[in-house]
Amino acid sequence: MDRVPVLKIGDTLLVSIQVDMEDQTALQLQDDLAERIVATGCHGVIIDITALDIVDSFVGRTLSSIAAISKVLDADTVVVGMRPAVAITLVELGLSLQGIRTALNVERGMELLARGRGDGLPLPFDSDEDELTATP
Amino acid sequence: MALSADESARLANLLGQYGDQIVKRWTDNVSSSLAGRLSTAELSRQIQELHTSLRAALDQRAVGLFDEVAVELRAVLSELSRARARQGFTATETAISVFALKDALLEHIDVSGAGPEVMRDYVAFTGLIDEMGLLTFETYANAREELVADQAEQLLELSTPVVKIWEGVVAVPLVGTLDSARAQVVMERLLQTLVDTGSPYAIIDITGVPAVDTQVAQHVLKTVVAARLMGADCIISGIRPQIAQTIVSLGIEFGDIVTKASLADALRHALRLQGIETARRTGRREA
Repeated sequence: MDRVPVLKIGDTLLVSIQVDMEDQTALQLQDDLAERIVATGCHGVIIDITALDIVDSFVGRTLSSIAAISKVLDADTVVVGMRPAVAITLVELGLSLQGIRTALNVERGMELLARGRGDGLPLPFDSDEDELTATP
Repeated sequence: MALSADESARLANLLGQYGDQIVKRWTDNVSSSLAGRLSTAELSRQIQELHTSLRAALDQRAVGLFDEVAVELRAVLSELSRARARQGFTATETAISVFALKDALLEHIDVSGAGPEVMRDYVAFTGLIDEMGLLTFETYANAREELVADQAEQLLELSTPVVKIWEGVVAVPLVGTLDSARAQVVMERLLQTLVDTGSPYAIIDITGVPAVDTQVAQHVLKTVVAARLMGADCIISGIRPQIAQTIVSLGIEFGDIVTKASLADALRHALRLQGIETARRTGRREA
């Protein structure tokens, strides 16, 4: 069975999924990630799904639960690099990946995490100007 | 089967014997119905071609239009009606080009004092001509349908540009009615552009959309949700006063999606979210 590597970069864990996600792989990733967050004490998780052609309902749900688990362990999760075709399919299926934050690529995902930590707010996307001036 | 083999032979004979007169009369009939919109030379060439292929088919004892030996005749008829459809003639005018043969034939059949066999021949001949007319009509309709389908496709290509209006901001000015097919194209283009340009903000401008109903709103909402899944935020702009009233009276909920009255407002909002402030340079000129 394929295992997805979890890399630690500073205060962030980076998971780049390069293989087809089977149900077992997804569950294994969920276990690994929970353990690594506790072991490293990281406060951010970035899951890169650029290489994923297919995201089915199970993988979608696993992503949601990974985000929820990370939240409990005080780490924010950002899913990055979703392909247009995957996004369209998920919308058509009516899956909106509740509770998951998204970004276009890893770099933007990092920015999002940094911003979230800097302000101590989960979502800095409000039109409040004070918090915006704090961002570069 | 429109004809028996004997009738086919007799018709071939008739067409051969009075060939030139029939072609002339046929051409005259057609040209009067087309009222000079097709040059006489072109018309007579077409009629001559039809006559030749019809005769060739009958010489091989074709007993109907869908006979194997009449394949050439069918090709000529299809070509004729396709040409007519492209040139903008009506279906009637196209069909008359074939039906005019009946009058031309009648002149050369001795009806006075004719027995029932002559009558039967004529009825059989006209049966064949009717089949030819129907084929013309069908090909004409098909040609027009292809034309319409082509144009619809071209329209789809034309009407969905995605433009980058600032670093990190793309805009889609929607013009015209938004049906499912177009919404799909718009969504795909927008999402692809988001990936290609790495823009975290997209503005969907609906100034050019004549009416917003629940279906259009549904399409726009789907696009916004898909963009969010990819990590980009959408702003909807260009909502006219009447459209705003319609949206409210239909009970359409845009939820936490940002809506702005004009594209300029939407751009300013997107820039502000990126941390760029726009301000008028006041007092500079006087100083």
